[in-house]
Amino acid sequence: MNTALRNNKDFWAGIMLIAFGAASIFIARGYPFGSTMRMGPGYFPSVLGTILVLFGIYVMIIGLRTAETITVRCSTRALVVLPLSLIAFGVLMTHAGFIPAMALLVFGSASAGREFKFVEVLLLTVILTGLSVAIFIWGLGLPYPLIKGS
Amino acid sequence: MELFHDLIFGFSVALSLQNLLYCFIGVLVGTLIGVLPGIGPLATIAMLLPLTFNVPPVAAMIMLAGIYYGAMYGGSTTSILVNLPGETAAVVTCIDGYQMARQGRAGAALAIAAIGSFFAGTVCTLLIALFAPPLGAFALRFSSAEYFSLMLMGLVAAAVLSHGNMAKSLAMVVVGLLLGIVGADVNSGLKRFTLGFYELADGIGVVTIAVGVFAVGEILSNLSDPEERQVFTSKVTNLLPTKDDLRRSFGAIVRGTGVGAFFGVLPGTTPAIASFSSYMIEKKLAKDPSRFGQGAIEGVAGPEAANNADAQCKFIPMLTLGIPASGTMALMLGALMIYGIAPGPQVMTDKPDLFWGLIASMWIGNLMLLVLNLPLIGMWVSLLKLPYRLLFPAIMAFSAIGIYSVNNSSFDIYLMAIFGILGIVWRMLDCSPVPMMLGFVLGPMVEENLRRTMQVSRGDPSVFVTRPISLGFIVATILILIVMAAPAVRKWWGAASAG
Repeated sequence: MNTALRNNKDFWAGIMLIAFGAASIFIARGYPFGSTMRMGPGYFPSVLGTILVLFGIYVMIIGLRTAETITVRCSTRALVVLPLSLIAFGVLMTHAGFIPAMALLVFGSASAGREFKFVEVLLLTVILTGLSVAIFIWGLGLPYPLIKGS
Repeated sequence: MELFHDLIFGFSVALSLQNLLYCFIGVLVGTLIGVLPGIGPLATIAMLLPLTFNVPPVAAMIMLAGIYYGAMYGGSTTSILVNLPGETAAVVTCIDGYQMARQGRAGAALAIAAIGSFFAGTVCTLLIALFAPPLGAFALRFSSAEYFSLMLMGLVAAAVLSHGNMAKSLAMVVVGLLLGIVGADVNSGLKRFTLGFYELADGIGVVTIAVGVFAVGEILSNLSDPEERQVFTSKVTNLLPTKDDLRRSFGAIVRGTGVGAFFGVLPGTTPAIASFSSYMIEKKLAKDPSRFGQGAIEGVAGPEAANNADAQCKFIPMLTLGIPASGTMALMLGALMIYGIAPGPQVMTDKPDLFWGLIASMWIGNLMLLVLNLPLIGMWVSLLKLPYRLLFPAIMAFSAIGIYSVNNSSFDIYLMAIFGILGIVWRMLDCSPVPMMLGFVLGPMVEENLRRTMQVSRGDPSVFVTRPISLGFIVATILILIVMAAPAVRKWWGAASAG
């Protein structure tokens, strides 16, 4: 694919919309459609999906004609590290307890930034974890074990 | 007088110790995040919403509203003192506010901004009290056909009036509607779009989607685009504006309030549009327009009144009709539903304590801000020194705990991560997530009202244009579309909404 197309903002916006619409139509195929008078569960999503695909095609064509490029950048590092930290938080909350989950989330998130000073991040992790234990567990009484025995 | 009777009842609710406390917390948190760039009221309300589940709905709504209008005050403080708008609505205030600060008149600028906001807040409180009951009574006569047309108008207007490409915004509304109907269908009980996850049977949580797209997505975009922050601390002396300042500002404040109230009830407009329009009007009306940009006090007074009026009047369609006019209002509407209150005109009659208490609390909150803000300015400015690299992990931590606590489920955390990624993708593709949010909240109601209408009319869609009120909404929808699609209007609006 040539670079012009790869950076074409509206081309990709169109693709995204078509994907959403097509997925909706595809999944809603399995639901009873009903009639306009008695709409089944599949009616509304199928109609919306179709509208979305049409919008998507229109936006894509606009993209091919105007060829505006994507200006907002996204750092790959943040895009990978931040969601991973969240997933780790989710897993650790179920299996290891509040303190490990929280500490990993703070430390992980902080390392998604551009500047990374180990001592500072460590300090931040300790302070934020302590603070959230104080506020949420002791203060608001959320019923999460601090550390789960394995 | 019925009006005063209701307002006095509202004040008796808002002045209870608990509600005063929550109002205070709300405006304090609001000012804080208004001062800090990189975190807006929508993300903050989403983050704090799960923590309010154990609080009575009245107190919770009072606090959430306080965050919202408190942020408007906070944003202007930093615009004036350090030329750094904490919120997008405060961009215009930078122009003349910062110039005034450089001339040693920061105190006067801050005071006039606070007075203007307070005046606008007072007028809007009265406006809501005056117009909400008749509007609500009118809406009580609506059947499903009118509701469908009204929601259609609200969504279309929100999409075309928001900043950015019209087709993409409309498409994002549809994306939101589809995300909104995930979960068990009310009529058949069929679980739709759950992809086999039982956690999705109740639908996607409004908090999950808001935190994902607006908090995580925002962090992702901020991390990719680090902006240098400089902090100058200017000494604030002489808070009192001169007689001349007051004389010049009075007209600007009144006009700004009018402009803000007008844009406030229009769906999709942001406070930035109101403040920008007010600035342009003041500049047009001035005897000597060249003063603007050099520290004209009208350039602070008008826009500040306008953005506060806009923020507050956004409550009118939300409270009386159940139609959100902005992303934040969509979230507030979601909050009402979480508290078990069905939004719509019956809120006023069924929950008068919530309705009138909330309105009265807004006036009290504005008063608190006026009294509190000026002495605390030094503290707010010193908070600006907090680097973003320390701030965003804290936002992540509080968001994650909040989301987890809704259902005690890790599944919601994974969803939040997914919506964070979608949030940055949408930003990159210039697809505004705000129309999506409105569609998301209204999704189930749009479908339900459409179904009911079609059932009653035996599948005949002409019912939407034969019932006069519904026809009115449909005509208005088409008019908005035609007017906003005109290239000249589009261009002007693009410039205005970009601030």
